[in-house]
Amino acid sequence: MNRILSKNQNIENSTNKRHRKEKRFKSLCLGAVIVAILFLIILLSSLAYKGLSGFTKTTIQIPIYFNEEIIDPENTRDIAVINKASFRKIFKQSLLQKFPEAKDNRKMYRNISKIFSRGSTYLLKNMVLDDISLIGKTINVDLISSSTIDQLRKNNINIKVPESDRPVSDATLKIYDQLNTEGVIKKRLNFSFFKYGDSRNPEEAGILGALLGSMFTLIITLLLSFPIGVLTAIYLEEFAPKNKFTYFIEININNLAAVPSIVFGLLGLAIFLNFFGLPRSVPLTGGLVLTLMTLPTVIISSRASLKAVPPTIREAALGLGASKLQAVFNHVVPSAAPGMFTGTIIGMARALGETAPLLLMGMVAFIVEVPTSIFDPATVLPAQIYLWADSPERGFVEKTSAAIIVLVLFLIIMNSLAIWLRRKFEVRW
Amino acid sequence: MIKNDNIKITTNDLCVFYDEKQALFDVNISINEKETTALIGPSGCGKSTLLRCFNRMNDTIENCVVKGNINIDNANVNNPEIDVVQLRTKIGMVFQKPNPFPKSIFDNVAYGPKIHGMAKNKLELEEIVEKSLKQAGLWSEVKDRLSQPGTSLSGGQQQRLCIARAIAVRPEIILMDEPCSALDPIATANIEELMDELKKEFTIIIVTHNMQQAARVSKNTAFFHLGKLIELGPTDQIFTNPKLEKTQDYITGRYG
Repeated sequence: MNRILSKNQNIENSTNKRHRKEKRFKSLCLGAVIVAILFLIILLSSLAYKGLSGFTKTTIQIPIYFNEEIIDPENTRDIAVINKASFRKIFKQSLLQKFPEAKDNRKMYRNISKIFSRGSTYLLKNMVLDDISLIGKTINVDLISSSTIDQLRKNNINIKVPESDRPVSDATLKIYDQLNTEGVIKKRLNFSFFKYGDSRNPEEAGILGALLGSMFTLIITLLLSFPIGVLTAIYLEEFAPKNKFTYFIEININNLAAVPSIVFGLLGLAIFLNFFGLPRSVPLTGGLVLTLMTLPTVIISSRASLKAVPPTIREAALGLGASKLQAVFNHVVPSAAPGMFTGTIIGMARALGETAPLLLMGMVAFIVEVPTSIFDPATVLPAQIYLWADSPERGFVEKTSAAIIVLVLFLIIMNSLAIWLRRKFEVRW
Repeated sequence: MIKNDNIKITTNDLCVFYDEKQALFDVNISINEKETTALIGPSGCGKSTLLRCFNRMNDTIENCVVKGNINIDNANVNNPEIDVVQLRTKIGMVFQKPNPFPKSIFDNVAYGPKIHGMAKNKLELEEIVEKSLKQAGLWSEVKDRLSQPGTSLSGGQQQRLCIARAIAVRPEIILMDEPCSALDPIATANIEELMDELKKEFTIIIVTHNMQQAARVSKNTAFFHLGKLIELGPTDQIFTNPKLEKTQDYITGRYG
């Protein structure tokens, strides 16, 4: 340091020490930030690496002959008749047309049919139901491949290991190679991932059921926890007398925020399902339980933002002859609103990622049907992730990561909304 | 003593307690209509507490108890049955720190008339806002930016905005709690000038630490010490020829 400036050697020594201390602290902080960012990058890139392929599927184009003899021999064009028709036969006939060598070779036929999704016959049926004029025609159809073939195309299966150690047989591999050289195997965006609910077959499994389940559940949670939480906070902060009773309530609310979520699940099970007899597995009860869990967060953050409003604003309004209610709702609450929104959305984001309490409400379940209302059985995104992560099929691995990507996107949207709301309503003093 | 022909406010043995602590002791004071009365005294002497008694702002302080009578126009406003909302439309208040609402300049002034239903339509409201801003000497400075936030003004302008906001309700009395303590000398001079105008129409009670200010703006001055009213009299007499030694000591700066 500058010798001329310092009057005293001791001061000079101590300032040097203080500056070094500051530098050390700063580099420590910087290190922490870098570590945090590194972890974030690792998380996001591994998700993207594993999950992005989950948004694509493999199709195989095969000419399908919609044989009138099989579908509708009497030419009625009646939907009931078509519904009853065996599209399995159509499928088999067309496959044998394509692979005549499999005609009298059962084993070979099985190998061939295995490269297609088990849902193929439903696809064919739906095509005919949508367009009756297809009957009697031969059409090139992009059939969805089975999950194994999908994984094969995505190079997720090591074909160099002995046949017994891998899910695809040499025979299937041969057929695959043959189709590949024909150029009928194509990679496509898997829109059906966003159009359907869960399935036992990875290639057919979709996320819409869980996405809607999460949305319905969160809507219930928001509609209940925001008004109840904000009104509680306003009452406690602005109107309630400051006595031992309100102090007791305050301590209890703070403690509730720290209660593990599974306990709220048990509470919900005892009250909503067993006592009130509400239906299980539905977003309504799930939302009720998540409301219990979110309320303390909303109340605490709302109270904090009300506390942060300068008391001079209250005095100014009261001094003008505003009633207490007018002072609170015209001035204090609008100033505190951004904080309330932020707190609520943080609580909602936590609720979105919650699985444990919903486990007890029966929402961690294999549900194929896409829910259409809050009274339909549904599962939620984190529960779907858990279920898929628990499945042994190779195809569910990328589905799991894809579902995580959807969940993370959902969270990012919610948090951006929180930031936008805060910016929009922020008050500068 | 001061002339007693147009008394607006009198207090009768007014005592104020914060829990156990007594802040005001048997205060008997009378304040004249359409004159400026200054309350002076060292910090913690109870002058702000007294000021806040007049419009019952002490109600908002949980542990504050007010005993005794406060008569404004012969009605005891310390009566619990008095509606404080009505009382405060009659008595405006300007605070130590400028505290405009985080809203536009227009909305700041319009808020009081709006909640009291003083304007039948938008045009009337605009008239009230313009009149109040003109009276507060702020109109020429803000007339082109009424929609900008009140908080964007300078400190002195903010305080004049607060005065405009208070007089927009057409009160009879304006309480000012050290209105210039956060302002620079030029802004202070503006406000003092303004007070000179306002006293023609309103009864003004001002709490101030600045004795020159008290001497400049007020007609009567009350000196408080340790919660007691020591001396009340015409300002020139208090400052030039106080009756009591305590007042003399404070005014000459021997303590405070």
